Amino acid sequence: MKHIQNIGLGLFLVGLSIFTSLIFIGKYEVTPEVLENIINNKGIKSELFINSMKSNVVGKEFSNPFTFSSSMISALETANESHKQNSEWDKVIWDKPHSFAYEIVKQSGNGIIKENKWLFWWLTFGLGILGALMYIIPAVIVKGPPGIKNNGIWFNAATNRGWVGWLVFIFLVGFYLLLYFRPSYIVNWTYIVDPISENLSGNLASQWFLYGFLYCVVMTVMAVRMYIKYRHNKYQILRTTSVLFFQIVFAFLIPEILVRFEKPWYDFKNAFPLDYDFFFSWNLDQLIASGGLGLFILIWGIVLTVVIVPVMVYFFGKRWYCSWVCGCGGLAETLGDPYRQLSDKSLKAWKLERWLVHGVLVFVLMMTGFTLYAYFSGAEGVLGIKTQTIQDIYGFLIGSIFAGVIGTGFYPIFGNRVWCRFGCPLAAYLGVVQRFKSRFRITTNGGQCISCGNCSTYCEQGIDVRAYAQKGENIVRSSCVGCGICSAVCPRGVLKLENGPEKGRINPTEILLGNDVDLMDLVNQK
Amino acid sequence: MEHIVIIGNGISGVTAARHIRKLSAKKITIVSAESDYFFSRTALMYVYMGHMKFEHTQPYENWFWKKNRIDLKKGYVENIDTENSTLHFTEGDLLTYDKLIIATGSKPNKFGWPGQDLEGVQGLYSKQDLENLEVYAPNNKVCKRAVIVGGGLIGIELAEMLHSRNIPVTFLVRESSFWNGVLPNKESELINREILSNGIDLRLSSNLKEIKSDENGKAKSVIIEETGEEIFCDFVGLTAGVSPNIDIVKNSNIETGKGFKVNRYLETNISNIYAIGDCAEQQEAIGNRRPIEAVWYTGRMMGETVAQTICGNRVEYKPGHWFNSAKFFDIEYQTYGWVWAQPKDNEARFYWEHESSKKCIHINYDKNTREFIGINTFGIRMRHEFFDKILSEKQTVEHVLEHLTNANFDPEFYKLYEKEIVAKFNAENNTNIQLKKKSWKRIFQVN
Ligand SMILES: Cc1cc2nc3c(=O)[nH]c(=O)nc-3n(C[C@H](O)[C@H](O)[C@H](O)COP(=O)(O)OP(=O)(O)OC[C@H]3O[C@@H](n4cnc5c(N)ncnc54)[C@H](O)[C@@H]3O)c2cc1C
Ligand code: SF4
Ligand code: SF4
Repeated sequence: MKHIQNIGLGLFLVGLSIFTSLIFIGKYEVTPEVLENIINNKGIKSELFINSMKSNVVGKEFSNPFTFSSSMISALETANESHKQNSEWDKVIWDKPHSFAYEIVKQSGNGIIKENKWLFWWLTFGLGILGALMYIIPAVIVKGPPGIKNNGIWFNAATNRGWVGWLVFIFLVGFYLLLYFRPSYIVNWTYIVDPISENLSGNLASQWFLYGFLYCVVMTVMAVRMYIKYRHNKYQILRTTSVLFFQIVFAFLIPEILVRFEKPWYDFKNAFPLDYDFFFSWNLDQLIASGGLGLFILIWGIVLTVVIVPVMVYFFGKRWYCSWVCGCGGLAETLGDPYRQLSDKSLKAWKLERWLVHGVLVFVLMMTGFTLYAYFSGAEGVLGIKTQTIQDIYGFLIGSIFAGVIGTGFYPIFGNRVWCRFGCPLAAYLGVVQRFKSRFRITTNGGQCISCGNCSTYCEQGIDVRAYAQKGENIVRSSCVGCGICSAVCPRGVLKLENGPEKGRINPTEILLGNDVDLMDLVNQK
Repeated sequence: MEHIVIIGNGISGVTAARHIRKLSAKKITIVSAESDYFFSRTALMYVYMGHMKFEHTQPYENWFWKKNRIDLKKGYVENIDTENSTLHFTEGDLLTYDKLIIATGSKPNKFGWPGQDLEGVQGLYSKQDLENLEVYAPNNKVCKRAVIVGGGLIGIELAEMLHSRNIPVTFLVRESSFWNGVLPNKESELINREILSNGIDLRLSSNLKEIKSDENGKAKSVIIEETGEEIFCDFVGLTAGVSPNIDIVKNSNIETGKGFKVNRYLETNISNIYAIGDCAEQQEAIGNRRPIEAVWYTGRMMGETVAQTICGNRVEYKPGHWFNSAKFFDIEYQTYGWVWAQPKDNEARFYWEHESSKKCIHINYDKNTREFIGINTFGIRMRHEFFDKILSEKQTVEHVLEHLTNANFDPEFYKLYEKEIVAKFNAENNTNIQLKKKSWKRIFQVN
C-alpha cells in the first residue's frame, strides 16, 4: 500500500512539474491576420500602437510568453502615453494591458502544446488526478479502521507549517498572482482545456475557464479524500457531496451552458455581497439587455441576498451556505481540510477578525451604494470619488488579493478559512444573523468536556470551542460555519450541531451538569 | 490581603483559583513543579499521536493568569510547615500562606516489581512522562516492542498511542477481561475485540513478574508471572492505576489515609488547609462513590466547591449524579448513573448490541420499582442533560425507553437505533413501549 502511495505521489509530482513547465515552452508569433483581427474587434484607432506592433512584434517568433507580452505591453503603454499627452482620448486603448495581451497571446501561440491539447491534458491533469488518487485511496487501509485518525498531523512538514507547507504556499501564491495579474503568461495552460471549453460553451478557454475547471478537479479529488477520512461520519459525507454538487453544477456547468446559449455567465448560488460586482453597471446593463432570463437573474440575485439567505440562516445557521453550498467554502473544506488546524485561536486573532470582516462588509456596501447612486443618477462618482476607482480598489484588494492570493494561497500557513473568517462580506452578514436570530447552535453535552483541546485545534475558524465546552456553554458564534469537525474530533462526545428553539440557545452561565444543583445556582449568581 | 496558595496547577487547583478570583480579590498563588501553565492531562495522548502540539492542551492563553491576577510559581514543595503556615521548596525558598489548598493529584502505582525503576520503564501521568516517551519510544526502530502493564483507561490510551506510531504492543491485563472490574462482561468483551482488531497483543489474566535489565540498566524484557514467558521489549509502560500523591506530607501533621483525609467541606484536620481533586480522600464515601475519585470532573467540582468555602460561604461538597466518559480506540463510551460490573440483587439489566459489534447500550434498573439506575453507551453519544433529569426525577426504565430519541446526541444524519432498541426491550420483557417522537420541548425543558 505504501508503495502505491509513493508511486502516486511520484506521478502527481511529475504531472505538476509538467504543468508548471508548460509556461516556459511553445512559440509565439503574431501574424498580420491576427493583428488585423484584433484591430477590428477592438476598434483600435491608435496608429502609434499598430505601427509599433508591426515593426517590433508582427512576424517575429518569440520563444517565451514573458518577452512577448512585455513587448506588446510596452507598445501599448507608449502609445497610450503619447495619446493621453495629446488628449487624443479616442485613440487611447482602455483595456487592462495584461488582459489585452492575453487575447493576442492566446491567438498567437503555436507549437507542440497547441497541437496536442489532449496529450498534454493527460500529461498534466491526467497524471495529477491519477497520482493523487493513488496517494489518497490506500488511506482506507493504511490509516486503519474508520474513525478520527489525525495521527502525525503535527509531525508532518506538509501540515505543520514545515518546508513542504511553505513550498505549497509559494506555488499557490504564484499561481494566483499569474491568474489574476499575468494571464498572458499562462495561455499554454488554457490550451489544454480548450477542447473541454469548446464542448461546453463553444468558446476557447479563458484563464477563468481554466480556473473553474481546475477548481472542480481539485475539489473532486480532495472530496474523495474527505469521503475516506470521514467515512464513519454521515454529516461530513453529505456536506462534502453538497459542496461538490454546487461547485460543479452551479458554479461551473450551468454558467458555461448559459454562455453557449448566448446568455450572461451567472452562478445562481453566488450571493451578493460575495458576488460583489452584481450591482456594477456593466452587469446590470448586461442583465437588462438579456431579456427574460436576465431579468429573472436580477430578481433572483436580490431575493437570494435579501430573503433566502437570512431565512435559511435562521433555520439552519450560516452553515447551509458556508459549508454546504459556497464555492470558497467548498475548496476550503476539500483542498483546505489538511490545513484546518493552522488557524489562529488567540483572542487577538478574534479581535482582528471582527474588525476586518465587518470592515469589508461596510466597504462593499458603501461601494455598492455609490455604484447604484451613480447608475441611477448618471453621475461619474460620489463626493468627488469616481465609482470606478472604488470598484477597482475593491476588486484588486479584496476580490483578488484577499480572496484569492491570501485566501487560498495562505492555506498551508494560516489555515483554510482565512478568507471566510477575515474577509468575506457575505460571511459577515450571515454571521450577524446567526449570532442574533437563528435556531442553530452547537450544544455542549453537560459536564462531559475534559478540556482536551481537539475541538479548538481543528476549528478552521479559529473559534476556541473548548472555552465554551469546558464551561458547559453552548457555542453560538457568528463565525462558526458549521463544518462539524469539532464535533467529529471530540473524543468525549461533547458537541452536537443542531437547530432547535431559540429560547435557551445561548446559556452564558457556567452550567456544569453533574455538580450539586444548589452550588450551581450560587456559581451562576456570581 | 488574604493569601491563598494552591499546590498543583491541574484542573482542581486551577478551577479553585478561577472561582476564588471570581468571588474575591484575594491574593492567589498557584505552585507547580510540572509545567509553567495549566494543561489538560487528559490530552497528553494526543500530543504523542501528533493530533495536537503541547501548547494546544493549554486551555487558557498565557496572558490569562496575569490578567486575572493569579500568580504562578514554578517549584517543588518539599515540606509544609503547618505551624507557621509556610511552604518549603526544594530550591530552599519559602512561601507563606493564609489558606492552603492541596491539589497535588496522583502518581502511577508501582507494586514493587523487580526492575520497575529501570530506564525505559515509566507510567503515563505527567508532562515529563510524555517527554520520556519520546526518548524511549519515538518510533518502531528505537522501540521494537512495548509492553504495557495494567488494563485500565490509561493503559488502553497508551496502547493506542504506541500503536499510532506502528510500535508493536503487548498489553498485560491482570483481569480475565479488559476493565471488567468496572464494565459488565458484555462491554468488556466488546472492548477486548476492539483491542485485538487493532493488532494489539492482548494478554488477559497475565501478571507482571519482573522486568529484566540489559547491561546498561535499561529494560530489555518482561517475564509473565503465570507462564514464565519472556517478552523482549524496549519500553515498559506501567499503568496499573494511580494513587494520591501525598509525598509532600511526609513530615507534617496533616492527616492522611491513602490520600489527604477531608470532610465534606474538603477541609483537612488542619484548619486552614484544604485538599481537592485526585489527592483528596473523603472520610466517608458519598453515596455510591468511592472515597477517592481520580477523574477530571471530580477535581473540577471540588475546585468550585472549595472556592465557595474559602470565600466565606462554607458549602458541602455534594456531587450530583455520576457520569463519565472515555474512548477505546475508535469506540466512544459514556456512562450516566450506575451500571456495575455485576448486578446487585435488586437490579435488572437490558443489553442491546449492534451487529457491527462496535455499538451497544446497557441499562441498569430496579427490578421492583422499575426505577432507572444507569446506562452505559458505546458508539452512540447520549445527552447528559437527559439522563441527569431522569435520575433526579427517578423515572422508570420504561419512561427512558419511551423518550430515547431525546437522549441521542450523535451528529445529525447519523443512523438512529432507538426503534431497534425498544423493540428488543419489548420482546424480552413482554412490554409494549411506544417510542415517542423527538421533542425539543422536552430536550430543552422550555415551557
Ligand atoms: C493519561 C491520562 C488520561 C486521563 N484521562 C481522563 C479522562 O478521560 N477522563 C477523566 O475524567 N479523567 C482522566 N484522567 C484523570 C484526570 O486527568 C485527573 O483526575 C486529573 O487531572 C486530576 O487533577 P488534579 O488537579 O487533581 O491533579 P493533577 O492534574 O495531577 O495536578 C497536580 C499537580 O500538582 C503538582 N504537584 C504535585 N506535588 C507537588 C509538589 N510537591 N510541589 C509542586 N507541585 C506539585 C503536579 O506536578 C501536578 O502538576 C486522565 C489521567 C491521565 C494521566
Ligand atoms: S465551531 Fe465547530 S462547526 Fe463551527 S466552524 Fe469551528 S469546527 Fe466548524
Ligand atoms: S474536544 Fe471535546 S472534550 Fe476536548 S475540549 Fe473539545 S469539547 Fe472538550
